[in-house]
Parts: sequence; C-alpha cells; structure tokens
Amino acid sequence: MRNVVPLVIAFVAGVTMMLALFVPVLQPLQERASVWFIILAAIAFLIGGTNLLLHHARKIAQQEAGWGFSAVTLVSFFITVFVGLAKWGVPPSDAYPNHPWSGNYITEGAPLWWLYQYIIDPVTSTMFALLSFYVASAAYRAFRAKNTEAMILLGTAFIVLLGRCSAGTFLTSWVPESLEALTFPGATAVIMAVFTTAGQRAIMIGISLGVAAISLRIILGLDRSYLGADE
Amino acid sequence: MRQVSKLLVAISFTASMWSNGAVAAPRPATDVTVTDRPNDAGTGLIVKWTLSPDDEESAGANRVVVYQIFRQVNGKPSEEPVAKLNAGNNEYSDSNCQSDAHYQYEVVAVAEDGETSAIATHAERIRPVVQWFDSSRTWVAVIVIFVCAAVIICTELAKHGWSTYVRPIAGLTAIDEAVGRATEMGRPMLFVPGIMDLDEIETVAGLTILSHVGEKAAVYDTPVEVPTARSLVMTAAREALEGAYLAAGRTEGFDEDRVYYVTDEQFGYVAAVCGWMSREKPAACFYLGKFFAESLVLAETGNACGAIQLAGTAESAQLPFFVAACDYTLIGEELFAASAYLSGEPQQLGTLKGQDVGKVLAVVLLVCGSLLATGAMISGRDSLAGRAHDYLMVHVLNKGVGG
Repeated sequence: MRNVVPLVIAFVAGVTMMLALFVPVLQPLQERASVWFIILAAIAFLIGGTNLLLHHARKIAQQEAGWGFSAVTLVSFFITVFVGLAKWGVPPSDAYPNHPWSGNYITEGAPLWWLYQYIIDPVTSTMFALLSFYVASAAYRAFRAKNTEAMILLGTAFIVLLGRCSAGTFLTSWVPESLEALTFPGATAVIMAVFTTAGQRAIMIGISLGVAAISLRIILGLDRSYLGADE
Repeated sequence: MRQVSKLLVAISFTASMWSNGAVAAPRPATDVTVTDRPNDAGTGLIVKWTLSPDDEESAGANRVVVYQIFRQVNGKPSEEPVAKLNAGNNEYSDSNCQSDAHYQYEVVAVAEDGETSAIATHAERIRPVVQWFDSSRTWVAVIVIFVCAAVIICTELAKHGWSTYVRPIAGLTAIDEAVGRATEMGRPMLFVPGIMDLDEIETVAGLTILSHVGEKAAVYDTPVEVPTARSLVMTAAREALEGAYLAAGRTEGFDEDRVYYVTDEQFGYVAAVCGWMSREKPAACFYLGKFFAESLVLAETGNACGAIQLAGTAESAQLPFFVAACDYTLIGEELFAASAYLSGEPQQLGTLKGQDVGKVLAVVLLVCGSLLATGAMISGRDSLAGRAHDYLMVHVLNKGVGG
C-alpha cells in the first residue's frame, strides 16, 4: 500500500512533464517541478550529512580498515562546516559594514575560499590527473591484437592517434592534396565523421527509445523495483 | 568692436551646440508593429519596426547607436526601457508578458551623443494569446504518440500471451556469475549507481538493476556495498535493496549501513570508492548509472583488484572506457532494458518489443532521409526530392536545412 502514493505521483508527474513538452501552458509546471526537486535534494542533504557522520563515526569506533581516513573526513567536515557557517574571517560587506556576518562567505582571501583554493581544488585536480595513467593502462589492454576485431581497433586507434598529433601531419605531408583522405589527419577526419558518428548515432537512437520505454514502464507502474517492497 | 565680439561668441556657441549634436535629434523608427509570439503560454510578444533613416554610418552626429524599447502595461508606462538594442536591430521579443494584460510599446532611437528621437509606437494595445499546442512540435508529438502507442500495445499483447522473446544479453546473464563468484570467494560486491541524482533516468535504471542484484545477493548471503554520491539516491537505494532482501525472504541479512552517502564531489567520491576497493578487494563490481570522467578510474581500480566487472551507462563518451576496462558492458539501451529483462515479466518484456517498433520507424526515417538527400543532391533543392528533404529536416526533425 505504501507504494501506491509514489506510483500516483510518478504517473501524474510523468504525464504532466510529457504533456508540457507540447502544451505551452504546462511549461511553468515543468520549471516548478525542477525547483521542487532542488528543495527535496537540499532537505535530503541533511539526511546525507547525518549519514556521513554516523557512518564514519562507526568506522572509527570499530576501528575498521581505513578508519584513519574516516577520522580525516570527520575533522575536515567539521572544519569546513564551521568555517562556512560562521563566515569565519569574512569581512563585512560594503553595504552593511556594521554587521560582521554580512559578507559573502566565498569572499576571496577568506578561510573557506582558502580551503577550496588550496586544498579541495589541488586534491581534485590530482585525482583527475590520475586518469591519464588509467587511460594508458586501459589502452594497453584494449589494443592488444589478440583477434581480428582487436587488430582493427588497434589499426584505427593508431591512425586516429597519429592524425591528432603533429607527427601524423609531418609523416604524410608528402601526400598530394587531392589524396588528402589518405593522410593521417584526413583519414582521422573520415573515421571520426563517418564511422564514429554512425556508431554514436545508432547508440543514441537506441538510448532515446530505451529512455522512452523505461519512462513508460515507470509512469504506468509496470516497473516498481526502484520503489522497494510493497508491504 | 563690441558688436563683433558678441557675434563671435554667438557663432562659437552655435558651433559648439552643433558639434555636440544638440541641435538636431535623430529621426525616429517607423512602422512599429506588435504581434503575438507563437507557440507560447501567452508570455511573449514580438515588436518590429523599420529602422530610423539615421541608422547608418553616413548620418554623422545624428547616427543612431541604440534603440530603447519602452513598454506600457494596461496603460501604465515603464520609467526605464525594457530593452536596449544596438543599431541595426529591428526586432525585439518580449518574453516577460502576461496573458491577462494589454501592452503598448514605444521605440526611441538614441544618437551617439544621447539625443533621442521622437517616440514611435503602434495604434492599438495588444494582448498576448495563450496557445494550447506548440505547433512547431507537431511531428515530435506524432512520433512520441506512435512510439508510446507501440509500447503500450505490445505490453497489452504480451499480457495476453503474445510471445516475447528477447535475445540473451551477456552482461545481464553474467550477474548470476558475478554473485556466485563473490559468494565462493567470500568477498563483498560493489554497486555504484552513478554519480548523478534521481532526476536522471540512468540512475533510476541503475537502481532497478540494484534490486535484482540485491535479490541474488540476499539468496547467497553475499554483502553488497552501495556508496552513493547523492543523498536521495542513498535513500532510494536503501529502499530498493531492502525490498530485494524482503522479496528473497532474507530481511535479517539486510544491513542498511552498507548503503551510505559519500560526497557530492565527483573526485572525492572516486577517491573514497577506490580506497574501499583497494582495502576490501570486492569480487564483483557493478557500475550502472550516469558516469563521467570517473568511469575509467573506478573500472581500472576494480580491474586491478581482480574483480569481475559489469558496467552500463547511456553516456556514449564513457562507453569506450567501460568496454576497455570491464568484463561486460551494457551499451545504451541495454541498460534501460535490463530491469525488464531481469524481471522476466511478459508485460515488461512487451515494452522492449514496442521499443523495436520505434527502431523500425527510425530505420524508415533514416532510409527515407538518405534517399531524399541523395535525390536533392542530384536534382537540386527545388525539385520534389529537395523540397521533401527540406520538409523532413525542418518540420519533422526540427533541424536546419543544411543539417
């Protein structure tokens, strides 16, 4: 019974959103639904924040594997929340110089700004930079010529990689302009514009139809697995 | 002598006035017309005018540089202009109207020195009209109705015993293998439902698969770890997993602490999940949802742990990474078909048949478009094939003719 209300909400919201695409009068409802979702997500963040605290506190208490990271997480969490909420070190705004909390919490030079600028940003960039090593290791495995398909993939990748760097341009610079498609950059352009685009479009058409089908299953209540058990 | 000096002062004063442009104002815009903006909910009007004769380089000091648009709402004029448009523009679309008010617009040409022209306006006040159907999307509506009808009809047919064979999807049949492997090895499984919120259909698709994975895990009593990057997803994942354990009759095996929120920050989430993988060495990893740059980091870490990996996303840019690093990948539509496939219910499988009807329509449009484009190339844009191609591009697909 507890799933009936979510199913009704899913049906009404789904049909309304679909109609809003074609009925201009309903379009404000579409925008309002987005606002409601943001409000819901903001409230849910309290649940998430509480869960974060409890989860890491339990790990520390039970000294599970990696509990030291949990301790760092909690300390960082409390420092960030305190610095942000208390607007610590934020100068008052020009409009209200007598009100100490009137400044913008991300004012340049303030501690919260400093935390983002000198800790979160570099750490995030470091994680992102690791991607290059993972690309190399994944490419090494993917391009091993173990069968015909892998050999075709390897050959295509070789052409595209060379076509995208100056070495490819240099190596085939002697090819006359009339045969540009035979140069590395020319062949790369053909591969990307014809083969890759065709493949991607096929996937996109499949995805669009898949989205339509799963949306209908959810709107019509055929697929309820995401709601959990109906007690 | 005194008379001459007075004359000189008068001449210099007149000359300075002339050089400042204060002597002559620019000529006004003309033929102001206001029409209703089509296909909206009565929120827009379009104002058009003929450019001022002084809206050209040769106009000298009187050259118009800006048109100011003033608006009267129910006879009440605005003090500030609602828009300022550079010279050369002769159209303004006002998107901030209400269908129950009457509007009148005034166009004022402004010269470089700030001198303003006389006001140009239109005769009658106008009220925006509410349109109940967006006619520019007629063909989209036809296609949507066709696909939806096909899905619903196939679902109904399947309910009444129509055969619904679906080809085996390797990635989905591998779920049993992955759960079995984790059970044999006595290690946990990892399920990542993407990094986006519940308003993404891929996240919902991922959660539907989680409930099937959870059911298998409950039967074999194998723990499933579900770190989430969004609070709402955590709540929904807990519900889905609890339901799965209930369906398997193993409610006592459900541990809600294994479904937890990590952070909204993309790479913070990746760091936490990869750290857990390195420490716990999961036997099976599932990545099903919406992914971006973190896809390869997660999949490569799982690979390094020796886990059997199943991934699925509709992000075409991330698919090659998953294909390279995972054992099985659900490509695009397979992710959305997964819950229907795994449920085995005829009516859910019927929706997949309806999807196939949509694919037939896509193929027909592709073939027709290709033939018409070829015909247009051979016989020219003005030929029947050329015009049909243009109609297909502009009205059916809502694209430019060149596209």
